[in-house]
Amino acid sequence: MQTRTNETAHRAVEAVARASYGRLVALLATRTRDVAGAEDALADALVAALTTWPRDGIPKNPQGWLLTAARNRLVDHARHQQVHEHSTPTLKLMTREFDEIADPDSWPDERLKLLFVCAHPAIDPTIHTPLMLQTVLGLDAEAIGRALLVAPKTIGQRLVRAKTKIRQTRIAFEIPTADQIPERLEAVLNAIYAAYGNSWEDASGADQRLTELGQEAIWLARVLREQIPADPEVRGLLALMLYCEARRPARRSVDGRFVPLSEQDPKDWLMHMIKEAEGELSVAYQMRRPGRYQIEAAIQSVHAERAHTGHTDSAAIAAFYDQLMQLAPSIGGAIARAAAHAEVRGPEAGLTLLDQIDSQSVISYQPYWAVRAYFLRQLGRSQAAAEAYDRAIELSDDPAVRAFLTERRNCLTPH
Amino acid sequence: MLYALLIYEKPDDFARRESAVESEAYAGAWRAYHRDLLDAGIFVGGKPLDAPETATTVRLRERKREIQDGPYANTKEQLGGFTLLELPSLDEALEWAARCPAASYGAVEVRPIAVEMEPRVTVANSN
Repeated sequence: MQTRTNETAHRAVEAVARASYGRLVALLATRTRDVAGAEDALADALVAALTTWPRDGIPKNPQGWLLTAARNRLVDHARHQQVHEHSTPTLKLMTREFDEIADPDSWPDERLKLLFVCAHPAIDPTIHTPLMLQTVLGLDAEAIGRALLVAPKTIGQRLVRAKTKIRQTRIAFEIPTADQIPERLEAVLNAIYAAYGNSWEDASGADQRLTELGQEAIWLARVLREQIPADPEVRGLLALMLYCEARRPARRSVDGRFVPLSEQDPKDWLMHMIKEAEGELSVAYQMRRPGRYQIEAAIQSVHAERAHTGHTDSAAIAAFYDQLMQLAPSIGGAIARAAAHAEVRGPEAGLTLLDQIDSQSVISYQPYWAVRAYFLRQLGRSQAAAEAYDRAIELSDDPAVRAFLTERRNCLTPH
Repeated sequence: MLYALLIYEKPDDFARRESAVESEAYAGAWRAYHRDLLDAGIFVGGKPLDAPETATTVRLRERKREIQDGPYANTKEQLGGFTLLELPSLDEALEWAARCPAASYGAVEVRPIAVEMEPRVTVANSN
């Protein structure tokens, strides 16, 4: 009986931590401008919950309980230190403010402010995404390292450095003013898209946390659109992620195998999401300021058309990729462009475009080898295709994708 | 919160201070900036520094004084002055740094004053 109470309480702590981590950190940090301090205080509060809740029962308002506990830690800490002459009055104010609003639903949502801090130009740009993943979405260094393919230890040290800079230099926790939004927004959009990308790569949907990450990335983009409705790239990114998310259920067959886009049945796509994406994209288009995310969304919209027309307009996709590569060149874009042109002009044309990519930069890039293998197979060059498949399989993390590539490789007919 | 704006300038910029043609434009821009800082009520202190050629660098090694002609850092861009501002956040300090004349021809480094260190390394003024 006792163990069951324990388990229920532990599950409750875990659930509220997962659902409210970013929200609570943002609430605390916006008032103290100290992300690391807010995270430490919340961690202490979670530990306290693990001992208190099994004994006294789960509180009626678990979020409120954690917030109060974390806030008390911060006040205690400030009292001990006494050096932060700035933070003690702030904390007193915060105590009053939180006591006045008992209902968590009426707390202000400060996550967007936290997001802009994570993507601040004074912070090393390479740590923007990991910082957002940790503070806004609550991933630990271990999970971030796995998602971004970096050693957790390195990530951990760089996260600490970034948070120290936030505290020491007193970066403002504010939504930037209209004239500053352009220079700040791109980093925020990139961080959100990177979070979504990590979730997307888990094609099998095996990792529950990664699936949720995708939903949270979409949610962040929605909040951003509410806040900055006149920016077409915000809508472009939201549309792009919605188009992809709509296809998530179709990426796996009933027996768990990976299904590539061209072989997906549009009946498995979530049409309400495609509709929402179309709405966002058409509003963005009317603003007449094209950008990377709008073009990527437009490419996905052409794919989505198949649900209505039954075929894919490959020429339109190839043209969008040409435009994308001029506006925002990238390795991933160059490979997708080669694949798009191959659909229109055949695998030989695709292979020529692949060969134009700097070979050093694609040695360990899985999509390059998967696409190359696909072209070589179509051209009947079985030996070269098998080698490219081997490289792609070696570079694939996802078991479903690995199984798919292995199956294709084994179907090659030797000469 | 106190922020230091460290002004970095190139040899040409130091030369402009003396130039018959350019000196007034150079000084005028700085004068206007200083007036804005005073009007905003955020100016705590600051001075221009003389050219790097006038610098002398001192080290004490094994109780022996080592004196060297020239500035500490052997770089093209040299410290040309500093300004101390009282501001609520880094974001506002960055905004004032961007308005500083040197931002458009040299560089401005923004550094917060070490709040936790200051009381440990200073003594109260008894006057």
